[in-house]
Amino acid sequence: MDFSGFRRKDGTWGVRNHVVVMSSVSCANGVVRAIGRALPEVKTITHTEGCGRALDDVEVAQRTLVGMGNHPNVAAVLVVGLGCEVIKADALAARVADGETPVEHLVIQATGGSVRSTTAGIRIAERMLARAQSQKREPCPWEALTVGMECGGSDALSGITANRLVGAVSDWLVQQGATVILSETTEMIGTETILANRADDPALGHRIFELIQMQRQKTEQFMGELAGLVISPGNMEGGLSNISEKSMGCIVKGGTTPIRELVAYGARPSKKGLVLMDTPGSDIFSLTGMAAGGAQVMLFTTGRGTPAGFPTVPVIKIASNDGVYEAMRDDMDVNAGMLAQGAPLDEARDDLVTLIRQVAEGRPTKAEINRQEMVAIQTTGPAF
Amino acid sequence: MENNVILIHPGDNVAVAVRPIQAGEPVVGGREAIVAVGDIPQYHKVSLSALRQGAPVIKYGEAIAVAKAPIMTGEWVHTHNLEERAGS
Repeated sequence: MDFSGFRRKDGTWGVRNHVVVMSSVSCANGVVRAIGRALPEVKTITHTEGCGRALDDVEVAQRTLVGMGNHPNVAAVLVVGLGCEVIKADALAARVADGETPVEHLVIQATGGSVRSTTAGIRIAERMLARAQSQKREPCPWEALTVGMECGGSDALSGITANRLVGAVSDWLVQQGATVILSETTEMIGTETILANRADDPALGHRIFELIQMQRQKTEQFMGELAGLVISPGNMEGGLSNISEKSMGCIVKGGTTPIRELVAYGARPSKKGLVLMDTPGSDIFSLTGMAAGGAQVMLFTTGRGTPAGFPTVPVIKIASNDGVYEAMRDDMDVNAGMLAQGAPLDEARDDLVTLIRQVAEGRPTKAEINRQEMVAIQTTGPAF
Repeated sequence: MENNVILIHPGDNVAVAVRPIQAGEPVVGGREAIVAVGDIPQYHKVSLSALRQGAPVIKYGEAIAVAKAPIMTGEWVHTHNLEERAGS
């Protein structure tokens, strides 16, 4: 036994046992929040999607919502919809139920408006909470764990301290048979060849190369002059000579094991080991994608520091230097600053592994204590 | 003497200065004792071996660039003596 978790019917293991109330469309966010105010123990998931988008974006949003619904950390889900939206509550609930997660749904237009829907929703969620409280943890192996790796704005130390530490943990987790998700395609620009060469087979390597090249073009096309920010004068003064070196400092958090798979935003990996997910570099979008992909824990090296967390997934935040750690102590779980003074990497790795086990078994992270719960779903096109 | 550089990966041929290093100072924390042949700013790279023009510069165990000119052991490695690695 490696840690204790909640056994799910589909064979996955949760590290939390949350009841989720989720909107299928932004029009239902108010009712979802009202239920959340009445029952602070439930986790609410609200977002800006569900209607008025082109088909590609609808598909991504649907996949992401389903992934957040039948997530291993989730005991039961109440989906709240409006009635006339594109992503309908009943269809979304049915797809969540396919993952064998207990689910119910509520349609505001059919329930008599927001007040009655809120009352009905509170009653359903109360029943779900009572059932969740009776479930107990059982021993489970590290193989059951999927850990998402995320980084914030880089500083000169990210690649030397926090990301290097997370990389050592990634290698350790993969060795135990767990899954590690490395995301943020934007931050892979300049490492196309390096990552492609690490792929399990040439076809996968080719897909990785093409994906990063496409992201490079998109960044230049949409951000124009701002694309220069990808490697800034500040980065260079900090000792980073080019975009490849800067990006290596980011992707080092995935460790050194072969890449087994490349998955789309919010999609669940089918393989163990190191997996790439195509997400933007922007933190909340990326955390949401990896959570929907089934990550039960996420490690977040925060660069300049951030309060960010996720409703249903504990996020362990790691400061890359003493200054950020001290300045944002209430938000940081780990200080990796000692690695800049030459502290041994294997000891720091063992400490972080211990913390991951404790968090997996229920120890709250700073983001959980502070109830920093945000969701942002990636879109590619405009709203119509 | 306290380490003043970090060797990130055992296969690297550059190390990262964790504090400013002055010309003539020993570089400690790499593979073997060397001496800085010029000033190395904090968090910048120092070469652990002599590199020929066109030789790969390896950090994180990966080639991040190539030497634009010959680089001496203990020399500062940055944009002035590096160019992008072809195909990266």
